[in-house]
Amino acid sequence: MREPIIKVENLVAKYDDKVILDGVNVEFFPQEVTVILGGSGCGKTTLIKNILRLFEPAGGTVTIFGKETTKMDEDEFNKILEKIGMLFQNGALLNSVSIFDNVSIPLEQHTNLPAEIIAKIIEVKLNLVNLGHAIRLFPSELSGGMKKRAALARAIALDPPLLFCDEPSAGLDPLTSASLDELLLKLKKQLKMTIIIVTHELASIHRIADKIIFLDKGRVLFQGTLQEAKVSGVPEVTTFFEVGKFE
Amino acid sequence: MEYKDKTLFLEGDVTKFTTTDLLAEFSRIKISEIEFIDLQKVKSIDSAGVAFIDELKLKLKDFSPQLINVSENINASIETFSAEKMPEPKPAGKANIFVMLGASLYNWLDNFKDAMYLSADIVYWSFIGIFDRKGQRKGSVIQQSILIGVDALGIIGLLSLVLGLILALQSAAQLRQFGANIFVADLIAISMVREMGPMMTAIIVAGRSGSAIASEIATMKVTEEIDALKMMAINPIRYIVVPKFHAITICMPLLVTMATILGILGGLIVGITYLDLSVVSFYTQVINVLTLKDVLIGLSKSVFFAWVIVIIGSFYGFKVTGGAEGVGKATTLSVVASIFAVIILDALFSLVFLI
Repeated sequence: MREPIIKVENLVAKYDDKVILDGVNVEFFPQEVTVILGGSGCGKTTLIKNILRLFEPAGGTVTIFGKETTKMDEDEFNKILEKIGMLFQNGALLNSVSIFDNVSIPLEQHTNLPAEIIAKIIEVKLNLVNLGHAIRLFPSELSGGMKKRAALARAIALDPPLLFCDEPSAGLDPLTSASLDELLLKLKKQLKMTIIIVTHELASIHRIADKIIFLDKGRVLFQGTLQEAKVSGVPEVTTFFEVGKFE
Repeated sequence: MEYKDKTLFLEGDVTKFTTTDLLAEFSRIKISEIEFIDLQKVKSIDSAGVAFIDELKLKLKDFSPQLINVSENINASIETFSAEKMPEPKPAGKANIFVMLGASLYNWLDNFKDAMYLSADIVYWSFIGIFDRKGQRKGSVIQQSILIGVDALGIIGLLSLVLGLILALQSAAQLRQFGANIFVADLIAISMVREMGPMMTAIIVAGRSGSAIASEIATMKVTEEIDALKMMAINPIRYIVVPKFHAITICMPLLVTMATILGILGGLIVGITYLDLSVVSFYTQVINVLTLKDVLIGLSKSVFFAWVIVIIGSFYGFKVTGGAEGVGKATTLSVVASIFAVIILDALFSLVFLI
C-alpha cells in the first residue's frame, strides 16, 4: 500500500471561536494532483494554510513526508518547507523587487549555487511559464495572470516535490487557465511532483484532477477520483458537478 | 397616493426617485383605519419602493394592512427585496462596562506581550545578522540606509538649521538684556547636542521612516507577501526588519551629528547677525562648553530612538488586519506611538543623566 505524502488527522481550525474545519481527515498521495473543492467559505484555503502552519491548527495532527509537523520547532519545519512550493491566490510576489529577484529568493536562500547558475535557472523557470520577456519587470508592471505565472515560477524554483496552488485559475481567461493546467501536468510528470490545488473551475478539475476532496461546512464530504465523485450519491457533490456543467 | 374606504392606493412608479415624495405625502394623509394597500396602478417598483412598502406596513402595523391587486411582476420584486422575510439579525450583546474594560485590558496585555516577543526577536536576529547574512537580501542594508539616511538629509538638515535659528533668536533677546550675548553659544550647543538634535531627528525619522516601515510591512502582510516568505522557509524578521534595523542604527547617529552641527550653525548665524559675536568667539565658546559626555549622551540616545522607531513600526506592520484601511490605521498608529515613545524615552534619559 502506498504511503501518503501528507496525512491530516482530525484537523480542527478556528478563527476566534468560529470553527472552520471540524475534524478533517484527508490523505494526499505522491505524484497525484489532488483538487480540494467546495463552496465559498467551506474551509478550502484554511485547510492548506493549516497544513502549512500559516495558521496554527486548534487540534489534530498533520504528517508531511512521514514526519508529524504540528509540534515541530520552526527550524525543523523550515527544512520541510524547503521541499514545498506554494502558489498564493494573488501571487504574493514581493512588490519591491523585480520578477528576477522574486524567483531568485528561494534559490539564494536555500542553495549555494553560483550566481550564473541561479540566473540560468530563473531564466528557464520564467520561460517555462511563458514569462521570459518579463524577467526585469516589477510585479506592478504585470497583469493578474502574469503575476500568477511569475509566482508559479517562484514556487517551482527549487523543483519542490510538493506544490500547493490556491485557486490558480481564478481570474484567468480560459486559454491561460488551460495552459497553466498543462504546465502543472508537465511538472507533475517531469519532476514527479505532488500537486494540491484549491479551485472551483470545473474545466480545470476535469483536466488535471487525479483525486478530489470535497469540503462542506468544515467537513470532508467526499474524497476519491472524479468519476467516483460523480456517482458518489452525495447530494452536495453531485449537485456541484451538475450545476457546474451548465456554467 | 390616495386614501379611500380603508384602502391606501399607490400608483405610478414606486422607485428610488419617488420614495421620498411618497413618504412625505403619506405623512400628510390622515389615516383613521386601514385594511388594504392597493398596488393595481403601480407601474414599476424597485428595492427602494419595496422598502417603502415595508415601512408603510411597519407604520400601520396596528391595522395589519394586506397588499391587494399585486401584479405578477410587482409581486416578484416584493418577494426579492422585502426585508420582512429575512432572518432577524442577532441582537448585539449588551455592552457591559466591566466586560469592555476587561477586554481592553486583555487586548492591551496581548499587544504588550506580542511587542515584547517581537522586540526580542528583532534584537536577537539583528545581532545574529551582523555575523550571518543568511536570510537577508544582498545589498538590502545599503538600500535601506539610502532610504532612511541619505533621503532624509535635506529635510533634517533644513529643519535643524531653522530650529537652531529659532532657539538662538528666542534666547538672544533675553540674553542681550544682561549683556550675556556670548552665552547663546552655550545654550545652543548644549541643547542641540544633548536634547534637540537627537529628539528632533528622531521625530522626523519616526514620521518618515517609521511610517514607511509600518506601511511596507502592513502591505506585505495583507498581500500575503509575509506568508510567501514563510512558505519559502525565510524568516520575515530577518528578511524585512533586520536590514532596516542595521541601516537605522548606522544612519541615526550620523543624521543626529549633522542635525546638531546645522543647529549650532543656525545659532552662529543669529550670533553674528544679531548679537555682534564673531565666528571665533562663538566657536571657542561652543568647544569650551561641550564635553565628550554630552556628545556621547546625544549619540547613544539617538541609537535607542532608532531602535524604538523600527520596533514600533514593525509591530504595527505585523499586527495589521483588514485591507487598505488596516494599513492606513497601522501607519498612523505607528507614527503616533513612535513619537510618543521617543519623547518619553528622552524624558527618561534626561532624568537618568541629570542624576
